[in-house]
Amino acid sequence: MLGVLLVAAFPTFRAFGLKFVTGTQWNPVTDQFGALPYIYGTVVTSTIAIALALPVSLGLALLLNEVRSGWVRNPLTVLVDLLAAIPSVVYGLWGIFVMAPALNTTLEPALGATLGKLPLIGRLFQPTPSAGNMLNAGIILAVMVIPIITAVSREVIATVPRDLREAALSMGATRYEAIKMAVLPYARNGIIGATMLGLGRALGETIAVAMLIGNGLGISSSLLAPGYTIPAVIANEFREAGSTGLHRSSLIALAVILMLIALILAAASRMLVRNTAERFAVKLSEVSTTLEQP
Amino acid sequence: MSDMTPMHAWRERSVATRKLRSRVFDTFMWLTGVIALVPLVLIISYVLLKGIPALNADFFTQTAPPPGVPGGGLAQAMVGSAMIVGIGIVISVPLGILTAIYLSEYGRGKLASVTRFVAEILLSTPSIVAGAFIWAVVVTAMHSFSAMAGSIALTVLMWPIITRGAEETLRLVPDDLREAALALGVPRWRVILSIVLPTAGPGLFTVVMLSVARGLGETAPILLTALGNDFMNLNPAQPTDAVPLRIYNYAQSPIVAWHDFAWGGAIVLLVVVLTLSIGARILSDRQQRRLR
Repeated sequence: MLGVLLVAAFPTFRAFGLKFVTGTQWNPVTDQFGALPYIYGTVVTSTIAIALALPVSLGLALLLNEVRSGWVRNPLTVLVDLLAAIPSVVYGLWGIFVMAPALNTTLEPALGATLGKLPLIGRLFQPTPSAGNMLNAGIILAVMVIPIITAVSREVIATVPRDLREAALSMGATRYEAIKMAVLPYARNGIIGATMLGLGRALGETIAVAMLIGNGLGISSSLLAPGYTIPAVIANEFREAGSTGLHRSSLIALAVILMLIALILAAASRMLVRNTAERFAVKLSEVSTTLEQP
Repeated sequence: MSDMTPMHAWRERSVATRKLRSRVFDTFMWLTGVIALVPLVLIISYVLLKGIPALNADFFTQTAPPPGVPGGGLAQAMVGSAMIVGIGIVISVPLGILTAIYLSEYGRGKLASVTRFVAEILLSTPSIVAGAFIWAVVVTAMHSFSAMAGSIALTVLMWPIITRGAEETLRLVPDDLREAALALGVPRWRVILSIVLPTAGPGLFTVVMLSVARGLGETAPILLTALGNDFMNLNPAQPTDAVPLRIYNYAQSPIVAWHDFAWGGAIVLLVVVLTLSIGARILSDRQQRRLR
């Protein structure tokens, strides 16, 4: 599959080389193709998504492991999983008609008026009149990746031996200290892996982002400005691209870049999650041999 | 430790702080639970609120209206979705279950690990990439967007889900059952057909339900392959409409009346997809209880 895509993308890579990745002009009329604005938009929205989703998912995963009573835990688990079952076009529909108008009139002017006034980070929050913007897209992505990061983190945290946590509690640690000292350090790699999985999902998400990001070409430092992502441009332009030519091969080249990033993330994530699980087998045996020695 | 402070006083203050921090952390954990549920509740209630008024007999029987003409419905999209996903099921379910049987009953060698590797890669492939792939291969070769191309794109996404899920389900069948049958002289293929598959049946069914739920909701790969169609189309070689495509197009349309269609489409899609997901969950819970 990657091979076929590479062949189809070859004319673009031959014509532009590395300039395809660093170029900022994307103009089908003059056959000028540079992907940097799309790469930038993809990175910014995914970063917002992970920054917002990680704390929530981590808290949720810890909660689902700490709460012992089934009548809270089971429904909560099911509901979080339902969040993953909602089709992305429904997220987009809700985002475009409910979430974006709400944020555009409340949160975003407030951000512009407060954080926007600060030096340096203020540049991130310069208000623009655009209804679609990178912050909105990032927020909807955050909601979409929460169930993924939560589910994997929860499984990883569940593999941390209960003994460790209980030992900390029996030494007088509070619940927070037990989690901080005896759970998180051991689950850390697995949680990073879970985050990478969520990141891979966020990078590849097409429809909801295409509906919310405003689809504006250009690189803006403000999160409140419209942007464009790799999947969104593929979805919007493939119709005009025809069945031959540089435009088509450039869109496929974008798909190749996306796929490579997704594959690297998936491989790294799987390795980290698996390592965590395997390490405990070792840790436990180490503990038992230490205990057996006189 | 300041030398003038009595030890117990230092300790007491510290314990209070420690308890407070723990309390704050507890609040944070519960708060994350609430934060995650707010969008779920909001999305489902808005879809119900705005979708139900859009539903009527025409919605299910008429096709897309031209701009400015009142009435009409999404019949062509529902039929199209059923056709695209239906053909997708016909291709990917046998393929996926056969692969899973191979992996769980025979697969030890190199071919098995290659197959698993390919399935893993496809699982983490963004759906738009799968769509772009089928666009580059099938659509270009056929010189036309088509329902068939959509089904093949969905197969790329559904096959790995079915393969992995079905392999896990088949592995849950106790080896005792297989060995008992083999000991009676039953040939291997017969053991699989008469013992393994019937035992794993309900589990395999839930796997298929989940993959269908996934396929129904996919928009991006369908957009790149089936394209969409304003009219009813029953020919798999022609461009075909689908419910998620309609929602996507109508939601971005400047025509306000079409927004209601988008919400109506969303409620139909959400009801079907959530019924499949929740149904699969209930079935698999019940099955696990039985195996235990």
